[in-house]
Amino acid sequence: MSFPLLTATAALPALGAVATAAVPAAQRTAAKWLALLVSLATLALAITVLLRFDPDGARYQLTESHAWIKDFGVRYELGVDGIAVALIALTAVLIPFIILAGWHDADPLETGSRRWRPTQGFFALILAVEAMVVISFEATDVFLFYIFFEAMLIPMYFLIGGFGDRAHEHGEETAATQRSYAAVKFLLYNLVGGLIMLAAVIGLYVVADNFSLQEIASARANGSLHMATSTERWLFLGFFFAFAVKAPLWPLHTWLPNAMQESTAPVAVLITAVVDKVGTFAMLRFCLQLFPEASRWATPVILVLALISIVYGALLAVGQRDIKRLVAYASISHFGFIIMGIFAMTSQGQSGATLYMVNHGISTAALMLVAGFLISRRGSRLIADYGGVQKVAPVLAGTFLIGGLATLSLPGLAPFVSEFLVLVGTFTRYPVIGIIATFGIVLAALYVLVLYQRTMTGPVKPEVSAMPDLRVRELVVVAPLIALLIFLGVYPKPVTDIVNPAVKQTMSDVHKKDPKPEVEAAK
Amino acid sequence: MENLIAPLIAAPLLGAAVLLVGGRRLDRVGHWIGTLLSTASFVFGLILFADLLGKNAEHRTLTQHLWTWISVGGFQADVTFRLDQLSMTFVLLITGVGSLIHLYSVGYMEHDERRRRFFGYLNLFLAAMLLLVLADNYLLLYVGWEGVGLASYLLIGFWQHKPSAATAAKKAFLVNRVGDMGLSIAIMLMFTTFGSFAFGPVLSHTGDASEGKLTAIGLMLLLAACGKSAQVPLQSWLGDAMEGPTPVSALIHAATMVTAGVYLIVRSGAVFNAAPDAQLAVTVVGAVTLLFGAIVGCAKDDIKKALAGSTMSQIGYMVLAAGLGPIGYVFAIMHLVTHGFFKAGLFLGAGSVMHGMNDEVDMRRYGGLRKYMPVTFITFGLGYLAIIGFPGLSGFFSKDKIIEAAFAKGGTEGWILGGAALLGAAITAFYMTRVMLMTFFGEERWKNQPTRSPEAPSAEPAAETRGEHSEPHPHESPKVMTIPMIVLAVGSVFGGAFFSIGDRFLHWLEPVTGHSEGDSPLSATAVTGATMVCLVIGVAIAWARYGRKPVPAVAPRGSLLTRAARRDLFQDDFNHVVLVRGGEHLTRSLVYVDHTLVDGVVNGTAAGFGGLSGRLRRLQNGFARSYAVSMFGGAALLVAATLLMRAV
Amino acid sequence: MNPVNYLYLAALLFTIGATGVLIRRNAIVVFMCIELMLNACNLAFVAFSRMHGNLDGQIIAFFTMVVAAAEVVVGLAIIVSLFRTRHSASVDDASLMKL
Repeated sequence: MSFPLLTATAALPALGAVATAAVPAAQRTAAKWLALLVSLATLALAITVLLRFDPDGARYQLTESHAWIKDFGVRYELGVDGIAVALIALTAVLIPFIILAGWHDADPLETGSRRWRPTQGFFALILAVEAMVVISFEATDVFLFYIFFEAMLIPMYFLIGGFGDRAHEHGEETAATQRSYAAVKFLLYNLVGGLIMLAAVIGLYVVADNFSLQEIASARANGSLHMATSTERWLFLGFFFAFAVKAPLWPLHTWLPNAMQESTAPVAVLITAVVDKVGTFAMLRFCLQLFPEASRWATPVILVLALISIVYGALLAVGQRDIKRLVAYASISHFGFIIMGIFAMTSQGQSGATLYMVNHGISTAALMLVAGFLISRRGSRLIADYGGVQKVAPVLAGTFLIGGLATLSLPGLAPFVSEFLVLVGTFTRYPVIGIIATFGIVLAALYVLVLYQRTMTGPVKPEVSAMPDLRVRELVVVAPLIALLIFLGVYPKPVTDIVNPAVKQTMSDVHKKDPKPEVEAAK
Repeated sequence: MENLIAPLIAAPLLGAAVLLVGGRRLDRVGHWIGTLLSTASFVFGLILFADLLGKNAEHRTLTQHLWTWISVGGFQADVTFRLDQLSMTFVLLITGVGSLIHLYSVGYMEHDERRRRFFGYLNLFLAAMLLLVLADNYLLLYVGWEGVGLASYLLIGFWQHKPSAATAAKKAFLVNRVGDMGLSIAIMLMFTTFGSFAFGPVLSHTGDASEGKLTAIGLMLLLAACGKSAQVPLQSWLGDAMEGPTPVSALIHAATMVTAGVYLIVRSGAVFNAAPDAQLAVTVVGAVTLLFGAIVGCAKDDIKKALAGSTMSQIGYMVLAAGLGPIGYVFAIMHLVTHGFFKAGLFLGAGSVMHGMNDEVDMRRYGGLRKYMPVTFITFGLGYLAIIGFPGLSGFFSKDKIIEAAFAKGGTEGWILGGAALLGAAITAFYMTRVMLMTFFGEERWKNQPTRSPEAPSAEPAAETRGEHSEPHPHESPKVMTIPMIVLAVGSVFGGAFFSIGDRFLHWLEPVTGHSEGDSPLSATAVTGATMVCLVIGVAIAWARYGRKPVPAVAPRGSLLTRAARRDLFQDDFNHVVLVRGGEHLTRSLVYVDHTLVDGVVNGTAAGFGGLSGRLRRLQNGFARSYAVSMFGGAALLVAATLLMRAV
Repeated sequence: MNPVNYLYLAALLFTIGATGVLIRRNAIVVFMCIELMLNACNLAFVAFSRMHGNLDGQIIAFFTMVVAAAEVVVGLAIIVSLFRTRHSASVDDASLMKL
């Protein structure tokens, strides 16, 4: 038996989480370094996965399969396709930066405060989230996936509720209240989604007598497993609802602004760049493969909801006064693009959506982490409290601008490629929706530039006049992300090469082919 | 030889990267690095040009494939460059004029502490523009297209500490983004129609596609061109873009940015040729803009804004010509090149004037400067003669051809378009003469200005905020600034004649754009004569109003048209009321809706459950006997139900 | 004698017990009433056993007695300790278990 690489990739951060939590309270710095090293080692494993993966090989590779709960046919089954590999790589790349960016976020507060911040816990929780996200990407057993999809909520709940921004305009007590509101909202939304999905998971077992994704999908494909139309639709809706909450899709989005606003910037990145991706990933892997007919049936409604997300999120981002909320609404708009790409049912749309997940992770991380550095300097999240930062801290402003430009999908940076693919993929099948979605790129320019103008340009406000520029640690976080944005913008081939074959498979699952161009079709 | 195309773009790109990442270490040499790399790009351009000239007219297309950029399903975008006569013309204009502007900026920005960064942005601008004209497919062109938008954003807002500059930069980027939307929709339409968006497959298969699709593509391309080339209705950013340093204005107006729209239309000629409705729309936009810009240019007292109006108007000429189809393509590009010379010269001259006048921009505070700035006066004057179409100078040849071509369109359209172009020529003569007279002739209005102390506010409050309070001491600019102006003046004088003798320019471009002589109802001589009459009328009116009589230092109220033109014909007010205010209300109400309605449903559900549990809690009163009652009640109900079921 | 009469008697006893539980406040009396209800059930079980001619009812009656005995032990202990701390045997005084 070969080395269980996928298990190792998920188990290493899990063990690292336990080890980090076990570091004695006095050895705070040691815990940070341990967490960072574990995350880097996980990155090494993820790169190994990437290298061992053969894009032109079997659909699921590096598979592992063991019986787990025999009575219910639950198996411990792992396997990755191109989409999963790309997202595992994204997760593994982002976590070290998240840890490094949050280096001081969980330090004990100054004397005089009643609150004690468990530093070890903060980093252990981040690693725990990483472990669960990775195994969610790997699981090919529906039940196994469900367990980790839900278990992820526990560490996330504590990360949101337990660690907020250091300074708060209304004092620590109010901040704690708002944090716990945000954390409970996050938990409740996702729990409701998860419970509905649990019902659908059980329903699926009743129908299919099996939890294995591959077996069910192949049985559906060769016709040996027949589902009544209404059954399939109900099951699809059960799964989709949970993923749409996590993604989040309008109108199930309101937990995200609260959660991102109240948590520290690295945790906000963890939510939107990593955890939320499980939702969109699962739409591709589970909704489309298990319920192809129902997916096609629901497409029009989902596309309209995605379109609303795009425009609505962007418009709301324009109206925000809080930097983090603004980024949150921008993310809602971007998730609209991802979901639109998935359900456009074209290879450009789905490859673009997968690429979008990767690129959105990197670009949001760049923008949000720099925003976090900015907020930690001034102690305020309100846009109106800033002005003229560009003059005082040019490097900070420059990186912030690049992060913003990536968010508005400037060509030459990675998000452009994915956004354009999604738009083209949608346009070829649904021209009107594609054109309306294109308005999103104008609105994106609006909210990014308004944010930049109000915070970075204009006369220097007295409160920011002594603001230090980026420190070395912060530069180490931001520079590689920007380099990645530029590299993937100019040369996205490494990702598309891995993703394309997997998307081709998914397209054949739903029995869809790309529309032919008019001129070629005429010949 | 085609391997030289990539270095052509890479040189300024490298410059931008080095200057922007390099940090303060490079502050002392940064401007020379920038100028050197832009000149290097120009040299590469010259070598390639010599190579092209050595080939047959049919074989003057070089392509260089670097790598596959995006490949998903049938969607294939390559990083491939294409150098033909059209892009070669642009390359020489961009790098040539661009390098001169670099050189000029060395002097102009000497006292700015962020000069290194300025040169980084300038290099980025050149690189983006070169990518735009050298791309072999529309998606790669789009990269350059938005790159130009980004560079202009950075440069217009270069003095970011001024809120007006930051706002102008944002406005320019946003308006351009609206145009970009058009380009991206056009690319999507091409993909669904042709299965490709590379120049080759699209432009050679226009015959197979339906006219409806082609018209849609053409209109979307026109929208894109309107954004980048500041054509009505997306022209509003151009005036505000004057907030940037003057060399930026020269770069935007002469060599890069605004010419991109004309390039796009001429490059997509095959699409427009097959879609007459789209073509008509192009000519209408061009004609409207050429008048719009000219009228706005007449009323502005800010020298840069007057020149901006002029740019808008001249680009209108080019767009009009490009809309005429094969009759006009060559002349659009020819006017673009000659305009590149004289408009860059005019802007650099304006910058030189401002440099000597403590950054004063109000022409009513100029006057009689010819004695103090002889070189600036002569070069600016030659540019002036060129732009109004003085016989023998560049503008004469190129503009005259466009007016001729407009008449040659034939029918009523031809008369209307030709008439508009003629009228534009008259107005051009008027406002440029006005600029010339107000700046270099007349009394020296900058002397003995009313003292502007806080106790006695000046009659014109706007003037108080700008410029210095001390009296300016006009002086000629240093050599590093005057040499580029002289070179450009030479180009403005001889460019047109050089291109026109023996139809050199026509033969050079014809293989790419195609050319046909229209069927003009007027002879060429008649058109030239009419143009000359218009020119004389325009100059005469300007002389009567600004030459003979002294220019008041405070702007008179003016007629309704003047006041409207000062406000850019209310376009900005419209934008402000409808788009800005409307948008603000929309976002604000949406924020409210999100908070109360969408979130309210959720929080309401939570509150509902909370209230319900509060009610139910009351049942739990702690008295054992009340629990016993409910138990008995429940048991009794069960028994009753059982009996009832049995009975039924 | 007709065994049905025993059932009438059991119902009567049960009703008396239930009424006592509901209306009396003294814990001892309530307790005795509960015993009365249990014994009413026992009577019914035994009567049914007789009517149907098998022993199931009688066996259940023995179970009930065992449960009742255990209940008396626990219940009386609670009442005694309650009385010791509060000097009252009223069930309404012991209403602390509420939200």
